[in-house]
Amino acid sequence: MTLVEKILAARAGLIEVSPGQFINVNVDLVMAHDLTASIAIRQFKELGAKNVFDPNKVALVPDHFVPTKDIASAEVNKNLREFAREQQIIYFECGQKSGIEHVILPEKGLVLPGDVVVGADSHTCTYGAVGAFSTGMGSTDIAVAMATGEIWLKVPPTIKFVYSGQPGPWIGGKDLILHTIGQIGVDGALYSVMEFTGSVIDQLTMDDRFTMANMAIEAGAKAGVFAVDEKTLEYVNARARRPFEVYASDPDAEYAQVITYDLSEMEPQVSCPHSPENTVPVSQTAGVKIDQAVIGSCTNGRLKDMAEAAQVLKGRQVHPSLRCIIIPGSQEVYLAALREGFIETFIEAGAAVSTPTCGPCVGGHTGVLAAGERCISTTNRNFVGRMGSPEAEVYLASPAVAAASAVAGEIINPEEVVR
Amino acid sequence: MIRGTVHKYGANIDTDVIIPAKYANLPTPEELGAHCLENLDDGFVKKVRTGDVLMATTNFGCGSSREQAPWSIRGAGVSCIIAKSFARIFFRNAINIALPLLECPDAVEGTESGDVLEIDLTSGKIENITKNKVFSAAPYPDFIRELIDAGGLIAYARQKIDSK
Ligand code: SF4
Repeated sequence: MTLVEKILAARAGLIEVSPGQFINVNVDLVMAHDLTASIAIRQFKELGAKNVFDPNKVALVPDHFVPTKDIASAEVNKNLREFAREQQIIYFECGQKSGIEHVILPEKGLVLPGDVVVGADSHTCTYGAVGAFSTGMGSTDIAVAMATGEIWLKVPPTIKFVYSGQPGPWIGGKDLILHTIGQIGVDGALYSVMEFTGSVIDQLTMDDRFTMANMAIEAGAKAGVFAVDEKTLEYVNARARRPFEVYASDPDAEYAQVITYDLSEMEPQVSCPHSPENTVPVSQTAGVKIDQAVIGSCTNGRLKDMAEAAQVLKGRQVHPSLRCIIIPGSQEVYLAALREGFIETFIEAGAAVSTPTCGPCVGGHTGVLAAGERCISTTNRNFVGRMGSPEAEVYLASPAVAAASAVAGEIINPEEVVR
Repeated sequence: MIRGTVHKYGANIDTDVIIPAKYANLPTPEELGAHCLENLDDGFVKKVRTGDVLMATTNFGCGSSREQAPWSIRGAGVSCIIAKSFARIFFRNAINIALPLLECPDAVEGTESGDVLEIDLTSGKIENITKNKVFSAAPYPDFIRELIDAGGLIAYARQKIDSK
């Protein structure tokens, strides 16, 4: 069996499962955020449920429209807060130890290897980076999971991706995943699990792995997973407050497909408007003038991302014709970036630095785009209207490419800025 | 039996196009429905009549997990969605809130905007009245059938909780 099949079998109380089978699975964590929790709470009440199945396994994370951006979002947050108090569940208050859900849940040790995690957010697949099975669902599914601690699933087939070769400088998890989505398309892994393997993956930092697992949904996948290795254990052991189980794919596990990429000649990648599958090497977009650069989000708002942006921006200036907005993904990342001197670098370079939030990624606030504007962003979606006006354009890239482009005023390979 | 006029669109219609996040805090399906698909076709809401059929090619509903997407389609009055394929979270969400959807590539190929369809959800039979053609969608797996028969996920889960 594959890694995911083993987790699902264990949590379903079965010896074996195979793709296509419908199963009921026990969950280790259920999550919702400020755009999805209201419907979940309404459905929870509709269900006639009085209490959540386990207050330690249900988390609400207001992060999309926080700090609250208008009266409507303030009312929504109030509703979430009251429900969290009444049910005594995990609640991440703005400020405090909070941040973007997919950054903080692993950071706080709330998701661990071998877990089954469901969240009312499509990027819940991020936790595959620690060897968990995690997937996004809608609010009604989440309401039922909060009440019963169980979820129905169809066991997905797994596609194995093997990354080999010696990637050049400035290549990270974002480039690998943008390249992959460009190759297989936005429905290339529909209903499937993407298992990321190979010598390049072994070298990747945890933060890069989070970036890759995060965008599995952008290929239509149910989950994206990595085998647990020493880096994973170092990461989770520093955070875990409960035991966990490590599973690994059998050598003879059955895969729906095995896809291999040699990354030796690869340049940094950019996904052009209006789909993450429109991926090209950065040189093909060179010279495209931009109005805004955004560095942050659940895709690239971690410490390694801040370090990469700082490395590019150190001693340089954001081009006078654009805004560069940098948003650390959590209070912990923010503080670490501050101590490392990255925040000082950003501000000296002329970037606007904001408190952790989803903000511009979802066209909410803190950097919404006007008609005709063009943005380079480290987020995960460049759909029409995603970051504001339906007449705006979004290019997706790594923090290095976004920071270099912020300096140049146009999309550029970081190599040409940092010599 | 469902009978309605078809509104047909293309591939990879994402949830940001179905209902932008700025409307996510609207509380009712009707209010969400008033903005349904406005980033794709701002005339859709004016054209669509209660009972009409929404049609698309592949990967309909990709992107975010926001349940506001199927709610807004329901709120706009759509009775059924037919596509070549659906994104998985959207598929689940729609089934959970009892918004019928059918995967049927042949019907999508053989139908244009403005055609009138008659759909029998139980058998999966789709009849294009305008073009006088009949298509059949694959029946739902037993498990999904059970969910739909129960009246959606809330009703299904309530049955399970009560029987415990
Ligand atoms: S940062 Fe963007 S993609 Fe991530 S959870 Fe927030 S809105 Fe969603």
